[in-house]
Amino acid sequence: MATAAFTLDDLKRILLQSAGAAEGVDLDGEILDTEFEVLGYESLALLETGGAIEREYGISLDDEVITDADTPRALIDAVNAHLSTAGAA
Amino acid sequence: MPGRRVVITGMEVLAPGGVGTKNFWSLLSEGRTATRGITFFDPAPFRSRVAAEIDFDPYAHGLSPHEVRRMDRAAQLAVVAARGALADSGLETAALEPHRTGVTVGSAVGATMGLDEEYRVVSDGGRLDLVDHAYAVPHLYNHLVPSSFAAEVAWAVGAEGPSTVVSTGCTSGIDALGYALELVREGSVDVMVAGASDAPISPITMACFDAIKATTPRHDDPEHASRPFDGTRNGFVLGEGSAFFVLEEWESARRRGAHVYAELAGYATRSNAYHMTGLRPDGAEMAEAIRLALDEARLAPEAIDYVNAHGSGTKQNDRHETAAFKKSLGAHAYATPVSSIKSMVGHSLGAIGSIEIAASALAMEHHTVPPTANLTTPDPECDLDYVPLHAREQRTDAVLSVGSGFGGFQSAMVLARPERSPA
Amino acid sequence: MSAPAVITGIGVAAPNGLGLRDYWAATLGGKSGIARLTHFDPSGYPAQLAGEVPGFVAEDHLPSRLIPQTDRMTRMALAAADWALADAGITPAELPSFDMGVVTASSSGGFEFGQGELRKLWSQGSQFVSAYQSFAWFYAVNSGQISIRNGMKGPSGVVVSDQAGGLDALAQARRQIRRGTPLIVTGAVDASLCPWGWVAQLSGGRMSTSAEAARAYLPFDREARGYVPGEGGAILIMEDAEAARARGARVHGRILGYGATFDPRPGSGRPPALLRAARTALADAGVDAADIDVVFADAAGEPAADRAEAEALTALFGIRGVPVTAPKTMTGRLYSGAAPLDVTAALLALRDQVIPPTVHVEPCPEYGLDLVLAQPRPAKLRTALVLARGHGGFNSALVVCGPE
Repeated sequence: MATAAFTLDDLKRILLQSAGAAEGVDLDGEILDTEFEVLGYESLALLETGGAIEREYGISLDDEVITDADTPRALIDAVNAHLSTAGAA
Repeated sequence: MPGRRVVITGMEVLAPGGVGTKNFWSLLSEGRTATRGITFFDPAPFRSRVAAEIDFDPYAHGLSPHEVRRMDRAAQLAVVAARGALADSGLETAALEPHRTGVTVGSAVGATMGLDEEYRVVSDGGRLDLVDHAYAVPHLYNHLVPSSFAAEVAWAVGAEGPSTVVSTGCTSGIDALGYALELVREGSVDVMVAGASDAPISPITMACFDAIKATTPRHDDPEHASRPFDGTRNGFVLGEGSAFFVLEEWESARRRGAHVYAELAGYATRSNAYHMTGLRPDGAEMAEAIRLALDEARLAPEAIDYVNAHGSGTKQNDRHETAAFKKSLGAHAYATPVSSIKSMVGHSLGAIGSIEIAASALAMEHHTVPPTANLTTPDPECDLDYVPLHAREQRTDAVLSVGSGFGGFQSAMVLARPERSPA
Repeated sequence: MSAPAVITGIGVAAPNGLGLRDYWAATLGGKSGIARLTHFDPSGYPAQLAGEVPGFVAEDHLPSRLIPQTDRMTRMALAAADWALADAGITPAELPSFDMGVVTASSSGGFEFGQGELRKLWSQGSQFVSAYQSFAWFYAVNSGQISIRNGMKGPSGVVVSDQAGGLDALAQARRQIRRGTPLIVTGAVDASLCPWGWVAQLSGGRMSTSAEAARAYLPFDREARGYVPGEGGAILIMEDAEAARARGARVHGRILGYGATFDPRPGSGRPPALLRAARTALADAGVDAADIDVVFADAAGEPAADRAEAEALTALFGIRGVPVTAPKTMTGRLYSGAAPLDVTAALLALRDQVIPPTVHVEPCPEYGLDLVLAQPRPAKLRTALVLARGHGGFNSALVVCGPE
């Protein structure tokens, strides 16, 4: 695919709806490589977010995707990898 | 009434693979497991398809059709276990002074099975937002408010003293006994029929634990799926069950010549104030609860012959708990056997704390420590003596049983022989 | 035994007022919060009135991180706990974390949250169920969330005994204070005003089906026809009296005594046990019936239960022997939240030397009660008795007095 199907804006929208935003954290800043922990999202918030991504995009992420992706960039890349596999299949 | 000491004079356990105290102990002492593929509903859509179900026929245990209709399965288990505990204590219902007898029922999730089933009906399979009251069963209110469990048990045993449900998630089964212990100590009652019950094996429970990946997906090998402290563990196995006790003031138990299983010698609960589902690895708050329970029992860590662990089979728990034992028991943590019966009967949420206290009392009764089944691949970060695979005969006079649960609750109960000499 | 337990902070979310000040002004003013349901369309149900908490916007009070994972009743409980701590002048971060615990009551947990997830489960599939369902609906959620938000690591707990649980939680909080924890956040906030909760309550057959807000919930009235449910409650800060004095805290009042009983099984022919609960509470408080200046009644609103309560009160105090009131006629019955709200009303009544009214009721004379009707009644008040009963036979009683 030429363009990424899952963007930072998609992730921010789903994060906000699934887990809100921590006080003092600006999700509109440079957050791509900021660790989720620093952004105030712990594993439970990421599990809820991962579930929401799976439902919206009709994909199934491996357990490790959520635990291993520690930044927005890593998670976006992992989701896009799944989407392109799903698209190719 | 300071100085009143509280002992267990009766008990009954309804556990997966072990309906009745005798069968329960056989399962534990033989290291057998009761975890299997789910049969209550089609588990195909779920990530985790394993559970520890009880082979339970309420009619065979004397419940009437009316009782079966109005009670959720968890309430049925509670009533049968409570009646059994009373019979075991040698106290006839007629001999109880109703005003001086109370009831405490621990339950984490109340009438979950009943609510799940009834919601499905009144919502017509989830189609209706405005669910239809015309399809509601007449006793749905009993499912809405699970204090109905305490009412059913009180009616069953003829108690008219203080009665309630204690619901602190997965420590409910310990905290219910802690609550009851305090009522006897303070003199509000002389006898408590106390215990816990949960029957959570329903689609909604499986779905919510799927969502946080807390339950094991090891459905190709369900009999070995619950693996506390094992390096290959990957989540807990949901269970169900109930255990009830008759708790009495020690002097009066002695006067009537009652068999005493153990004294509830010390109890404490603390919270981690950290996270609804997460645990900090240092186990500081569980360690604090253990220290306080030992203090109340006036026992040194070295007096503990066996630690009955929470041992749910999640990596997070096993490490948290191992750290808590080291912090609270010091060097003795390495010397005392530690085991998790959840390896055999699964994790019945609010009920398991009471079931584990029953296992602890039976360990004292038989001078035998139940094993941790399925522990074949030790986790290097869990370096205590977890009694792998086989029960161990040893002198057992004092036991520590702990629990840890969602909401951050950490509880500890110390059982000991009442005639022990104080430390 | 250590010094008695005192109440130093109160946070209220009530159908006739959000916050302590609004609640008390409304209660003395006879303003009812009972009206047609707005949380959902009740047209298809035989009962359509409820006491909804007005103007509670969770986002105004709580961080957005907490919103997706909480039921409405937990959001109100967290806000009420904040208000109670502020009222007590307590900053939790400044106190040792193990010196603070949380003991609340619940009746049906986060039922509305559970409804949403059950709907997703059955209409869309198990993978649509939220990760938060593992705790957002369960009975322990308010104690857990209050403990986490405020860093409270002391002894915590949760009791469920239907409407009586609100007093049982206060009694358990007092036990923890006696056992050495200086401060316990206690009380209860409940809500299940969602279609699924509504249907579950309708099944009990005790709800009023009247469509007239002023005629629907009429405890002790000949026209009593059931209860109107409401949502909300109160969170209280209970402290060891000595600890409160040492920090110079303003004290709302003291917990003097408590008693709890359970009714005999139906059909046994044995007498009901509310009277014994009240007597136990008086004995625990070390006071006589003559010392009680006002009773906050359970006020079930069903003829048989009203009669039973009236008989207990006349047995204890004599015919019209003590002023009795039921400000919950302005809120509906708030499940476990009701009794902490009644304790709040009792403490404020003691402070202001005025008994809040029971509204809309024309008392049945046979009951022999001196109900405080329509208007607040000024009175010399030193000690109050609060009663609460839960479905199935739970009876609890609490005796409170002013700060002196």
